[in-house]
Amino acid sequence: MALDVQKIRADFPILQRQVNGHPLVYLDNAATSQKPQVVIDAIVDYYSNYNANIHRGVHSLSQEATDVYEAARNKIQQHFGIQHAHEVIFTAGTTHGINLIASGFSSFLKKGNEIIVSALEHHSNIVPWQMLCERTGATLQVIPMKEDGTLDLSAYISLLSEKTKLVFVNHISNALGTINPIETIIQKAHEVGAAVLIDGAQACSHIKPDLAALDVDFYVTSAHKMCGPTGVGMLYGKEVWLKKLPPYQGGGEMIKEVSFEKTTYADLPHKFEAGTPNISGGIAFGAAIDYLNNIGFDAIEAHEKGLLEYATEQLLQIEGLRIYGTGVKKTSVISFNIEGIHPYDIGTIVDKLGIAVRTGHHCAQPIMDFYKIPGTVRASFAFYNTKEEVDRLVAAVSKAKQMLT
Amino acid sequence: MTIKTIQEELIDEFAMFEDWMQKYEYMIELGKSLPLIEPSLKTEDKLIKGCQSKVWLHSELKDGKVRFTADSDAIITKGIVAILVRVFSNQSPEAILAADTSFIDEIGLKEHLSPTRANGLVSMIKQMKLDAIAYQTQLKT
Repeated sequence: MALDVQKIRADFPILQRQVNGHPLVYLDNAATSQKPQVVIDAIVDYYSNYNANIHRGVHSLSQEATDVYEAARNKIQQHFGIQHAHEVIFTAGTTHGINLIASGFSSFLKKGNEIIVSALEHHSNIVPWQMLCERTGATLQVIPMKEDGTLDLSAYISLLSEKTKLVFVNHISNALGTINPIETIIQKAHEVGAAVLIDGAQACSHIKPDLAALDVDFYVTSAHKMCGPTGVGMLYGKEVWLKKLPPYQGGGEMIKEVSFEKTTYADLPHKFEAGTPNISGGIAFGAAIDYLNNIGFDAIEAHEKGLLEYATEQLLQIEGLRIYGTGVKKTSVISFNIEGIHPYDIGTIVDKLGIAVRTGHHCAQPIMDFYKIPGTVRASFAFYNTKEEVDRLVAAVSKAKQMLT
Repeated sequence: MTIKTIQEELIDEFAMFEDWMQKYEYMIELGKSLPLIEPSLKTEDKLIKGCQSKVWLHSELKDGKVRFTADSDAIITKGIVAILVRVFSNQSPEAILAADTSFIDEIGLKEHLSPTRANGLVSMIKQMKLDAIAYQTQLKT
């Protein structure tokens, strides 16, 4: 069913505001999504009505807060098709989840082992693996990318061997919007006995992954990309892996018994949730998932596909405009440049016209090096964007081109 | 001309514009008219860090005055660079160090002054002042 975009827009207070004298056109959704009133209300409601520390108090408020927080965990479990709620670990976000896994794998890896990452990664996703390799003597292998912004799968398959212990790939590239063939990547890695971690930060606002069907070992994402608040995210790990991995941080919540001689760790998921968590964040993450599911991912996908096709077609009318990332399978992200114009200049002018896009290397320097460009202008669309907003983007980019040449 | 006079001149020039578009068109013009920098000077060590676009800044001391030349790969940034070169070039190190930069606010480019802004205007001014300190020390010894 087609979604009622005007009704949806009314749910987002920020979409009603003006920027530089123009109604805001927010096309930086790949950086962070806007928040609907129900998510904002969930945070306010927690602090106004049942703020208490969770999991340890016997008093009613604490139990109420614990119930709502754990209900959010269950919502995440159901949404992602996860078998057990204790396989859902609340994190501070995607980067935190990745570091947790990288740190845990320190104790499994040795010299001669290999980790495979893709050339489409965000900076933050390359560094933890480089650090892990430094600590353990393992080596880092990179799946190369092709001109259209997709991964070279045959190169990936030839990189795999019994030396491979971990494969790390993003579900969707943040800089280009390419959807990676993670089903094949996971299956091929498992054939050589390697574990797979998928970064879903860019995926989960556009599609609803079924983690059980994917048979992935680990999957991480952030709430703020999917209409939830910043500072909270999710790490999924197969139970067998989470039991094997050592705890990441020491502190309260993650212990069972403590003495100066020995501490025993708490059961899952608490083993990985040291200290008081981001309670309001977790609860609001749950509210965001409810909100998205009420709209429905089929409707979201259909609407965004329409926007992507329309925007691609309209932008390509501008002479000299080149789009990077032209694979068949991509989400509603358009990374582009105009010949002879720096992306920063375009971003500055369109901002003056009330349009928020991202310019720069999008924390994916290797991709920019591949195309030999300083960066791109990136317009990323969400289900609350409209064709009229695409028109305003195209008009603003044309205006910028006229001013800058 | 003193730095103050040049700054007042710029304030007058920018006061003529009615909207941001004219202002930016003028900055783009200034950027285009900035004298070309020697390609040999566009090296890694002349790059100013903290800019989303590349900015190269070169300076030399001649007859007690600091001469700046600069370039950028983004035209709006180049316009900002051109304004700074016009204000600070051919001035004594003392005058450069004593100068305040509130004129940027007055010509309506305050948004570019924020340290988080990726064009690195703040970094450019800082580098110009650091060069001035170096020449000041050189002149004293």
